[in-house]
Amino acid sequence: MASKPRTLYAKIWDDHVVETRDDGTALIYIDRHLVHEVTSPQAFEGLRAAGRGVRRPELTLAVPDHNLPTTARLDANGVRLPIADPQSAAQLEALERNAPEFGIRYIDASAAEQGIVHVVGPEQGFSLPGTTIVCGDSHTACHGGLGALAFGIGTSEVEHVLATQTLLLQRSKAMEVRVTGALGPGVTAKDLILHIIGEIGAAGGTGYVIEYRGDVFEAMSVEQRLTVCNMSIEAGARAGLIAPDETVFRYLKGRPMAPKGADWLAAVTYWKTLHTDDGAQFDKSVVIDASAIAPTVTWGTSPEDVVPISGAVPSPESFADPSKQAAAAKSLEYMGLTPGTPMTQVPIENIFIGSCTNSRIEDLRAAANVLKGRTKAANIRWAIVVPGSGLVKMQAEEEGLDRIFTDAGFEWREPGCSACLGMNPDKVPAGERCASTSNRNFVGRQGPGARTHLVSPAMAAAAAVAGRLADVRELD
Amino acid sequence: MDAISRVAGRAIPFGAKNVDTDIIIPAKWLKTITREGLGEGAFETIRAEPGNIFDAPENAGAPILIAGDNFGCGSSREHAAWALLDLGIRAVIAPSYSDIFSGNAVKNGILPIVLAQEAIDRLMDVAQAGEPVDIDLDTQTVTTPFQDRFTFEIDPFRKHCLLNGLDEVALTLDSQENIGNFETRRAAAHGWLTTGTQV
Ligand code: SF4
Repeated sequence: MASKPRTLYAKIWDDHVVETRDDGTALIYIDRHLVHEVTSPQAFEGLRAAGRGVRRPELTLAVPDHNLPTTARLDANGVRLPIADPQSAAQLEALERNAPEFGIRYIDASAAEQGIVHVVGPEQGFSLPGTTIVCGDSHTACHGGLGALAFGIGTSEVEHVLATQTLLLQRSKAMEVRVTGALGPGVTAKDLILHIIGEIGAAGGTGYVIEYRGDVFEAMSVEQRLTVCNMSIEAGARAGLIAPDETVFRYLKGRPMAPKGADWLAAVTYWKTLHTDDGAQFDKSVVIDASAIAPTVTWGTSPEDVVPISGAVPSPESFADPSKQAAAAKSLEYMGLTPGTPMTQVPIENIFIGSCTNSRIEDLRAAANVLKGRTKAANIRWAIVVPGSGLVKMQAEEEGLDRIFTDAGFEWREPGCSACLGMNPDKVPAGERCASTSNRNFVGRQGPGARTHLVSPAMAAAAAVAGRLADVRELD
Repeated sequence: MDAISRVAGRAIPFGAKNVDTDIIIPAKWLKTITREGLGEGAFETIRAEPGNIFDAPENAGAPILIAGDNFGCGSSREHAAWALLDLGIRAVIAPSYSDIFSGNAVKNGILPIVLAQEAIDRLMDVAQAGEPVDIDLDTQTVTTPFQDRFTFEIDPFRKHCLLNGLDEVALTLDSQENIGNFETRRAAAHGWLTTGTQV
């Protein structure tokens, strides 16, 4: 008898169950663990305090990203420049000490391979389809773009994975987000996921793992899929997945940590089984028409606060739910916006192109494509491009993208998280606006009092040229 | 982590929805390498306003926080749980939580109690009147001096860990043999998984 049809999520889950407990929780094996400097010091401290080691050190990869400055890391003689902020320096030192002490591979802050964990994992071929991937960072969902079950964990769980290579988990429900039709010109993966979050709501995915399905995703490059899955957490979902296919295999082949030779062949054979079977049941399905989506921007302080660029700032009364009305009123006050203002009349002073959502080579190409032969408007005070990794940076420089950015008035920085969360010196000043390619528009996310508008890389570039939010399709 | 069976006393009638972990503890406080001392940064932006609920003298040392839907959404930072703990909070009552936050809370001995919105509304009134709230984990009930009695669900394993102050890593290490067997099976079926990771 043929086995029961299963979802992609169920297949990956089933393949990782070490044991099931009476209460329905399961001990799940973790194949890949990424570690950065912010959420790991207390985990290593916990191991030391309990006299425990790391079970499978080779399955963990450590790389600093969150609070490294994005200014030059080495002086003219190749000697490392000190980090001014003593606390940032202490976190970096802790990781530099902890990784070798526990036998974990460490990518140094000044290595070409250094970058944002979620850029480095796929780029190195460390993140693979069908694997379970965790990191003490909620945007781990990103790696689902390769067909991995990837999700963020807290520091106690980081310690748990280091010590046991497992996690005790409750199985999530499976949600299908089926997108029909094709994206219009100038509409990107980022616009699509912002639109999806607007439809599902910031808590709509809570308790679910989302599988994104439809031709749109099949047509996407790996970079674009990573962008979509990255923001699953912004819809409340623990993880997002796209079934791996030839596009993914082509992307991974030959990457430093990807399987080689016969291992590669065996891996691809297995990966080809990783798709939702016909007739498999989802606990929830959402259908979205891609052709109706315009370049999308946020107006408020929750990622669900989205509006097409052709739209206007909504009025709180336009929401049915009274608590959403109150939240919207508060958001608008924080954002300094008046209902009814066309989005294209919202002035912008800062531009941030970067973050694990949009700092890969394709993202930089998309932004550079818009900026080529243009310069930023006079009212743009600060515009930075922060590549996702040293390798992305090198590739971009080879293609001459850095020149396009600097000619347009942007600063070309070293890789890291940067103004995505403002833990390093890159912050948006209080009361000022930023068109940002990052993933969170929370209050104070980019710096105390900073006002964030989430956009795609092309739309960030368009905003830079126009000095206000602008429709990239209408730029003259 | 400390065992916890009963949390009783003042509840802070916060009530806000979609409180993200950036609100609970802003990013600049994540630069610590220890778990202690984060209470100072807890709800920093809210506490910058004079007359805020967290610094109200009557709420000093309150062990319970009442919140709205989707509490602890956003970043996975466990610092949010450490900050609440450092503030003296041992239980949160809300209609829902982000998955990551409730996991982090339990691991640090904070009870994330789920109650329906009507119950929350009632408890907000009780807390605003300055009356205490009493949580009993053993019987899974929340009671007030006004004959209110709300029962809540909690995952039995989480309950067991909270009641006994158990360290989850130690518990899982009891399954070491199963983990080892799983690794052997997995290596045989999927050799590509380990070959790729050799340095
Ligand atoms: S870029 Fe932003 S979202 Fe991504 S890992 Fe860094 S801080 Fe988190």
